[in-house]
Amino acid sequence: MTTKDSSGDVRLSGISKTYGSFTAVHPLDLTVPQGSFFALLGASGCGKTTTLRMIAGLEEPTSGTVFLGDQDVTALPPYKRPVNTVFQSYALFPHLDIFENVAFGLRRRGVKSVKKQVEEMLDLVQLGEQARKKPHQLSGGQQQRVAVARALINHPKVLLLDEPLGALDLKLRRQMQLELKRIQTEVGITFVHVTHDQEEAMTMADTVAVMNAGRVEQLGAPDELYENPRTTFVANFLGTSNLIEAEVDTKAGDDIVLKAGGGKLTLPSERCSASTATGGKVLVGVRPEKISLVHADDAGEIPDGRNRITGTIADASFIGVSTQYVIDSPICPELAVYVQNVERDGRLTPGADVVLHWSPAHTFGLDAAQDIDAGTEEEAA
Amino acid sequence: MDTRRSRKLGTSVNWLKRHLVVIAGLFTLGFLLLPNVVVTVFSFNNPKGRFNYEWQEFSTAAWTDPCGVADLCGSLSLSLQIALWATLGATVLGAMIAFALVRYRFRARGAVNSLIFLPMAMPEVVMAASLLTLFLNMGVQLGFWTILIAHIMFCLSFVVTAVKARVMSMDPRLEEAARDLYAGPFQTFVRVTLPIAAPGIAAGALLAFALSFDDFIITNFNAGSTVTFPMFVWGSAQRGTPVQINVIGTAMFVVAVLLVLASMAIGSRRKRQKA
Amino acid sequence: MSTLTEAPPPLAPAPEKKPPRRRGRLTPYWLLLPGILWLLIFFALPMIYQASTSVQTGSLEEGYEVTWHFATYWNALSEYWPQFLRSVLYAGSATVLCLLLGYPLAYLIAFRAGRWRNLIMILVIAPFFTSFLIRTLAWKTILADGSPVVGALNTLHILDVTSWLGITAGDRVLATPLAVVCGLTYNFLPFMILPLYTSLERIDGRLHEAAGDLYAKPWTTFRKVTFPLSMPGVVSGTLLTFIPAAGDYVNADLLGSTDTRMIGNVIQSQFLRILDYPTAAALSFILMFAILIMVTLYIRKSGTEDLV
Repeated sequence: MTTKDSSGDVRLSGISKTYGSFTAVHPLDLTVPQGSFFALLGASGCGKTTTLRMIAGLEEPTSGTVFLGDQDVTALPPYKRPVNTVFQSYALFPHLDIFENVAFGLRRRGVKSVKKQVEEMLDLVQLGEQARKKPHQLSGGQQQRVAVARALINHPKVLLLDEPLGALDLKLRRQMQLELKRIQTEVGITFVHVTHDQEEAMTMADTVAVMNAGRVEQLGAPDELYENPRTTFVANFLGTSNLIEAEVDTKAGDDIVLKAGGGKLTLPSERCSASTATGGKVLVGVRPEKISLVHADDAGEIPDGRNRITGTIADASFIGVSTQYVIDSPICPELAVYVQNVERDGRLTPGADVVLHWSPAHTFGLDAAQDIDAGTEEEAA
Repeated sequence: MDTRRSRKLGTSVNWLKRHLVVIAGLFTLGFLLLPNVVVTVFSFNNPKGRFNYEWQEFSTAAWTDPCGVADLCGSLSLSLQIALWATLGATVLGAMIAFALVRYRFRARGAVNSLIFLPMAMPEVVMAASLLTLFLNMGVQLGFWTILIAHIMFCLSFVVTAVKARVMSMDPRLEEAARDLYAGPFQTFVRVTLPIAAPGIAAGALLAFALSFDDFIITNFNAGSTVTFPMFVWGSAQRGTPVQINVIGTAMFVVAVLLVLASMAIGSRRKRQKA
Repeated sequence: MSTLTEAPPPLAPAPEKKPPRRRGRLTPYWLLLPGILWLLIFFALPMIYQASTSVQTGSLEEGYEVTWHFATYWNALSEYWPQFLRSVLYAGSATVLCLLLGYPLAYLIAFRAGRWRNLIMILVIAPFFTSFLIRTLAWKTILADGSPVVGALNTLHILDVTSWLGITAGDRVLATPLAVVCGLTYNFLPFMILPLYTSLERIDGRLHEAAGDLYAKPWTTFRKVTFPLSMPGVVSGTLLTFIPAAGDYVNADLLGSTDTRMIGNVIQSQFLRILDYPTAAALSFILMFAILIMVTLYIRKSGTEDLV
């Protein structure tokens, strides 16, 4: 085999899409390396599906170029692109049986003997028995596997998945996530996956691009995105973040010291995406599960060097593995704190005074000029 | 005794109340079917004189000789020919318009919609008279072709409506999936769009056939001296009604019901086999 | 209208840089062209010809020319207003009768027919396959003097009432307004039943249960829930009945007399027998406009824009 095959790279260069005065996708540069599992994550209407459809050729870009490997495919219609799609709600042909659905692409390309290939493919997705059934006679999960088989049998260079699991119930969805991941590893084809489900994107993909309002907000490995978000949208859309307004006080070595209310918070400067001029505003972020909670009476036990905030418990909800607290603090209302239910402190009930503390290494800093609530609504939806 | 009787009366009033809508509905059904019963019964009549409006005596003479009246079967076959060609023309043109309306964006969509809708909202006699005005002004010879033109014109809108309804309920992603799976525009249309839209097209075609075959008013204006089956019946209403038109009417009714029943039986058997 | 999910907003003529290809931009126009041309030439153009004919003067022998003789309209109206009035009255009565007769049957098919639903549906549609002229002629037998139906009406003294109202004559039904309205009702009844059925069938049966659960008696449920929800069907049904009935001349001719002539009869005879084309064209235009105005007002009033 050759050292590095790049024929399955997807390269978008300056690609954009406008409908009249509405811009669905702003000029976008993106490279998806061969063999990777790439997710486009965002709320509905963020342009992720339009981007996918431009790669498939179902939508003409208003500007820009689509490359597959080194080939410019911008001008190629979908039926001439070595790209296949698993459609949202599958789009299985209702008038054809499962066998013919899977054989469709092969037949259109003039492959004469399709039987063996189709049967192998159906066996791969464990549907060998169902070959002569019509799509509506199958369950949702089975239909989904037919859609994958119908696309994969053509050995595309890139497989596009448009919300492929959206129509399945939660349990089946988890199962199919692992299944798709397994298939991807097995066939080694580049997968580009569009989803609004952040957990789905994080479980399945090697690289996630978070899209918002027609732009890619941030691109990276799932853990990188989660641990070090660079915009409020990413911070709120991927999981939950506590964002505290603060002011740059001093710089101490690799750390920035910030003033928030009366207290001081420390932040590693490489984890700050905002400008750090003294006196500048910064949003200090920390994930709820990184925060430890102690009763105000035990404040002395907190080790030095940790960021700390005082407050009172406004609400506590027990959800099994953890307890989720809402803390009102003078410098920031409604801080979320998730505490693992290892040893529960009976004093931590609503009304109790508490101290929150966390490691500066878990702190991130964002530009305070952004909307602090961006991405929260969508996350709930 | 008295209370029991009144209770009995009460229950029958209640029964009547609960089934009032069924009784009224069946009455309407009877109203709709009564003429067909009369047509059937009178196809076995042996009338005195030229008109077949009064019952005389039982006879199967007309059934054994359905074409025994001059021009009757000729007009019937002419009507069938016109209906077939009109169906073909209206279905092809109408389906094309329906696809364009549902699947594409274009200017003047509103104007096109109005142009489709107006013929259905226009009394036939207005269309008939104006079309005749056109033909007279153009000096066109009235006959087979003018009838066919008129029939395609008024059937078109109905086909568009029927096909549009079906294509609209079709997921556009199916066609995208076909294109994604290496089917070019033509292949996509033949392999995916057409088979899925087929029931709507068939419904439109059936409607067009029925409308064309049974049309009288527009044909009456634009036929010249050509005689279609409805024109023949109309003429016979003035000159004398042969029993044979009842025979034809009855046969058409029976054949239609049998065809529908047969297709339903096949459909349900297929469904059962699949399940 | 469209069922496209996530449909992009309508494509405005954006000042976009044209990419090298524009697939299928002209396709819709090619698809529309033949059918639309057909309708333009054989539906719209004739209307223009007719409009021009209606303001022409002349004779068959010497030919006609446009003289903007609008008096034709006035003359036609003043001479034939009784026929116009009759058309509206007959078509209106037939429409009301169709609604009264058709609603129970549509309701029966939609909610009460159970496994008989398909059979009843077939029986409603099947008569279409027998030429409507043959079926209309059958009413001549049904309503003939001394027929069982007329006898029954006589025995029940219904004919006394209708004669007093002036819509029958003594113990005759045939050749009276009642016969014509009866024929119109019969002929256009399926056009009422089918849209009614379509809109009733869409109503979720659980709505009836919900209404019952919320203390509505069956009649109240019908008045407050079922009927309002079936309004689209009522509107398109009445239009599909009234419009053709108002222009019909077959029923008035076969079942009526010279005293029941409708405007359709006048247009037909002016065009095909008397050959007074300007008057016929003017009459046909007046009919068209009268119906368009009535239909527009009716649609406005009933507040339903979606037809057919």
